[in-house]
Amino acid sequence: MANDKKRVRGTPLIQIRGLKIEGFSDDKWHPIIKGLDLDLKRGEVLGLIGESGAGKSTLGLAAMGYTKPGCRISAGSVMFDGRDLTKASQEELRSMWGSRISYVAQSAAASFNPAHHLMDQVVESAVNHGVMDRAAAEADAKDLFRRLQLPNPDTIGNRYPHQVSGGQLQRAMTAMAMSSRPDLIVFDEPTTALDVTTQVEVLAAMRRIVEEFDTAAIYITHDLAVVAQMAHRIMVLRYGNLVEQNDTRSMLKQPTQDYTKSLWAVRKLEKPEEKSDDVALAVHGVDASYSGVMKVLENVTVRLPRGKTVSVVGESGSGKSTLARAITGLLPVSKGRIEFNGKALPARLQDRDRDTLRRIQMIYQSADTALNPRQRVRDIIGRPLEFYLGLKGAQKEQRVLQLLHDIELDDSFIDRYPGEMSGGQKQRISIARALAAEPDIIICDEVTSALDQIVQEEILKLLMKLQREKNYSYLFITHDIATVRAISDEIVVMYKGKVVQQGLKSDVLNPPYPPYTELLLSSVPQMDPDWLTGLLKKRTGATT
Amino acid sequence: MSAEQTDILNMRTKRTWSQDLWRLLKSAPLSAKFGMCVIAFYFFCAVFAPILAPYGQAEIVGKAYGAPSWAHPFGLDQIGRDTLSRVIYGARNTIFIALLTVTISFCIGGVLGIYAAVTRGWLDIILSRFVDILMSIPVLVFSLLLLAMVRNNPYVFWPEIYNLIFILALLDSTRVFRLARNTALSVAVQDFVEAARLRGEGLRWVVLKEIVPNILPPLIAEFGLRFSFVFLTISALSFLGVGIQPPTADWGSMVAESKTLITFGRPQPLIPAAAIALLTVAVNFVVDWFLHKTSGLRDGQ
Repeated sequence: MANDKKRVRGTPLIQIRGLKIEGFSDDKWHPIIKGLDLDLKRGEVLGLIGESGAGKSTLGLAAMGYTKPGCRISAGSVMFDGRDLTKASQEELRSMWGSRISYVAQSAAASFNPAHHLMDQVVESAVNHGVMDRAAAEADAKDLFRRLQLPNPDTIGNRYPHQVSGGQLQRAMTAMAMSSRPDLIVFDEPTTALDVTTQVEVLAAMRRIVEEFDTAAIYITHDLAVVAQMAHRIMVLRYGNLVEQNDTRSMLKQPTQDYTKSLWAVRKLEKPEEKSDDVALAVHGVDASYSGVMKVLENVTVRLPRGKTVSVVGESGSGKSTLARAITGLLPVSKGRIEFNGKALPARLQDRDRDTLRRIQMIYQSADTALNPRQRVRDIIGRPLEFYLGLKGAQKEQRVLQLLHDIELDDSFIDRYPGEMSGGQKQRISIARALAAEPDIIICDEVTSALDQIVQEEILKLLMKLQREKNYSYLFITHDIATVRAISDEIVVMYKGKVVQQGLKSDVLNPPYPPYTELLLSSVPQMDPDWLTGLLKKRTGATT
Repeated sequence: MSAEQTDILNMRTKRTWSQDLWRLLKSAPLSAKFGMCVIAFYFFCAVFAPILAPYGQAEIVGKAYGAPSWAHPFGLDQIGRDTLSRVIYGARNTIFIALLTVTISFCIGGVLGIYAAVTRGWLDIILSRFVDILMSIPVLVFSLLLLAMVRNNPYVFWPEIYNLIFILALLDSTRVFRLARNTALSVAVQDFVEAARLRGEGLRWVVLKEIVPNILPPLIAEFGLRFSFVFLTISALSFLGVGIQPPTADWGSMVAESKTLITFGRPQPLIPAAAIALLTVAVNFVVDWFLHKTSGLRDGQ
């Protein structure tokens, strides 16, 4: 290695003292980080966890001496290896970034330039910072690719970013961060956008390489189970304050603060399953394809009992959202039939009558895009009332207020625009819009995956309460097994457009498993710091 | 939509509109306030031109190229008409024509653009390619050509000025079409539009209630910008002699007519030129601010 800095494990690398960061909005400076201390030793991995708005990314970036545009460090110091980064010039910082400190972002796809080969981008920082020459850097990159277990390590660098999968790209990004052997890597939600089965490989690769080079790392995430695998020590943040910090094992065993306990509450939510033979919706041997070429659904058969919850799980590309589009008629099926209340459902949306449309409602993943930003809650919820039920004037207003009450929001929300509500509140409004139609079936497409843990739990509780009261049937599309465990009666496992398995929750979640179900279930991170190690051992043991 | 529903909607939007507008105006930066004052002043001149102008626009009040005096602060033009009066009347003619042109071009381009974006399919393809063809020819050259074709044409029975308006509106509508189509397209793929379709809403509701409110800010900003451009094009065409015809006062032709005076050190051609420049700058200030205001994440209403 050209870079022969002394790396003594356990010596302090970063000391942050009394750090305050402010962000500028609405013509005012608002505190984001309210006086935090942080210590990191060489070779240590620190997990930063918290919900959105906790300031975890801001703190992680501050450890690099960087603040996002519109933010400023108003007090405190960031000592990196004896230098105060808050006082360093832009020149100094720039010479450190990419050589001594590097950063792995959530979206590797957005961080790679699509017009260049992977190799050019991976070696760029090492070459530009003069750590090594191009040939050495390329040889080193290939070595890193191998260590990160990328397929074809010698040639994968010649590909463009779009020619590799998301998980591979995220690993290539780690190789890029590692190429100049930095003292510190900041991982900002690096696996959040990945499927669970892919996430396992990426986590394992990241963990191994950080260990091998004794790099200090800051791992930012909202997922406790993930951070439990990666970090030696965990800091829990909320509203820019430290809630608690401890080493990983003690933290998982006995969190002291109520807030920390509530963070993994959703994993404890559970609903007893119920069996029912009263089928509200039945999908029989359905095929569907986009523009007639690519078959996304193949011979899919799913049944949804009345008043029950059927969860459809699978990775991205498994066809689970396409199934929802087929049922709603947005994507007419090319083969097979869909029966609703015992009658065949016209394939095309345009051929369905208003009453049928009313009975099948949909809630979207992102309430940001599912609600028209230029309409008030009054109109968003009021429209289906007027359109389907013919309610008008005071009657309609009364019903809107009633619905707001049902979703546990107060009357003042009626005049709000979506932009004036939080993510959870917006998702509640989406739910109310679906409820307004008085449907039989509600299709929930990843409705909680854009939300924070605690908000997720609230939304799931609300959905379960509504189901008990009104006997709605939910088709719950998700990739999150914890959610599935919490709410379903039955589970459908999908893989590459086919149904792998449908059955009661207890049947699907317990052995014997079909191979894919086993892979999926075993890839879900557990709140056990030894889980990843154990899983890898088991998997390698199984293959050799 | 029922009448009752319309009433409720209007009542509420009216109440908050005036408040919002006032708050918005107060928060405007100096440049935008200046721009708005200038525009208001121009419109005032345009509307009250006959009262404000000391003489008529075609009235010969002295000898040719008369020097500025108290009676004629901006001097007289090549046949002895009062320049000040002509500048004031020019506001009326030029702004009226530009406004009418932009309105027509928005009606054509906006409606077709949104329709193409929502329905997609062959109509979208045909319209888009046609627009590409129109846009590949420079506007000034193309409009010169078209104006020459319809000029003194025995089949044309309406006043010449409408040729100008309609040709410019048609050429300008291509830009509007593109903007309307692209912005509408980006809104049309959003989940709330899909939700409306799933609800069973017709095309009218989807366009008027879901899409148009979301693309209005960029369209309004574009309206301002296109207004400046059309107005410059008209001035340019008048300067070339095919735009607004004498004796109607128009800033572009006034510059053209008095351009030789500049060699004698007389400021006469600069006055209508300054009027053009000032209005363009003012409109741009306002549009800039408006775009900045509406493209931000939230305007904190």
